[in-house]
Amino acid sequence: MTGGAVVERLLYGDVVVGGALPVLGIDVTATTVVLGALASRDWRPMHHDRDFAIQRNGTRDIFLNTPNQAAWFERYVTDWTGPTGRLGRMTFHMNTPVFPGDHMAFMATVDGTEIDGAGCGWITLDVVLRVGDVTNTACTTRVALPLDKDDNPWTRRGDAWRP
Amino acid sequence: MSNSSITELIPVPDEVTARIGLIQYEVEGGFPVENGYVWTTCASVENANPLFWNETVANELTNGPIAPPTMLSVWFRPHHWSPGRTESAVPLQAHFDLKDALDLPEAIISSNTNTFHEPVRIGDRVRSRQILRSISEPKTTKLGYGRFWTIDVEYLNQKDSLLGVESYTAFGYRRLGGDRS
Repeated sequence: MTGGAVVERLLYGDVVVGGALPVLGIDVTATTVVLGALASRDWRPMHHDRDFAIQRNGTRDIFLNTPNQAAWFERYVTDWTGPTGRLGRMTFHMNTPVFPGDHMAFMATVDGTEIDGAGCGWITLDVVLRVGDVTNTACTTRVALPLDKDDNPWTRRGDAWRP
Repeated sequence: MSNSSITELIPVPDEVTARIGLIQYEVEGGFPVENGYVWTTCASVENANPLFWNETVANELTNGPIAPPTMLSVWFRPHHWSPGRTESAVPLQAHFDLKDALDLPEAIISSNTNTFHEPVRIGDRVRSRQILRSISEPKTTKLGYGRFWTIDVEYLNQKDSLLGVESYTAFGYRRLGGDRS
């Protein structure tokens, strides 16, 4: 409980290596792309100007920008962990752009678990953003989870936080 | 794609090689971290995490409101326009410097590693600095021919605490069959 607010929290011990996260499906529109670009203060025209994207970048339309893809991955992971999940590291490789009209599917499996030398519980997730059968972006995320109901990764500082 | 296209790439100038490992473009963001962008970002990805919407939860878990960790780069991107500026500002200047210096007119970010340290708090003044880490040999991809490079952006707050590091790998290129412009 947090001051009257009920907070769902996933604990480290709840996680099984090889387990799958629920799939998240999102229909991408031009608004998705433009809103994401502007929210991340990315004014570059390939994220809002279709003619520029086609003629200069050689893509078929405007496409999701990098920071907004990171925000989508964060949302997907923390939907699963709850607010006590704390991201430590995120690596992603963008193979193919995501365009308006695409249906994004976020999927993930638990690749590993680890309690580090500072006593922090870590989960490694392999996450993919797919459109149809194509993996547009592959992401590896390291996220800290509470070891028990009294643990909170957000309180870790200095050498106790090893992302 | 013929090998002759790759040989058209200019060699990496010595002054560019000399930048590898140097801190460049250390600047403070144009405004303090604020909730408006946090909520707009959360709305853009339908992120309902109560840390960013419920002050009671934020006070309990993070000792006050914070920004989503993946918003790091938001705080150093320049305004699209500001009074008195005569040239457009770009957010990752070291990247655009390389495009110019290597005569590669197009570029995409191909991979990205973000490492998150101290939470970014509402009201923080975020300072960023850019460090060129590497430049590849000439490569050909389906987009064209060019070079990959990696640039780290380090973020610090007003107390000099490290907030995070974003490591961008980009591919600067010429389109296959395209003109040199």
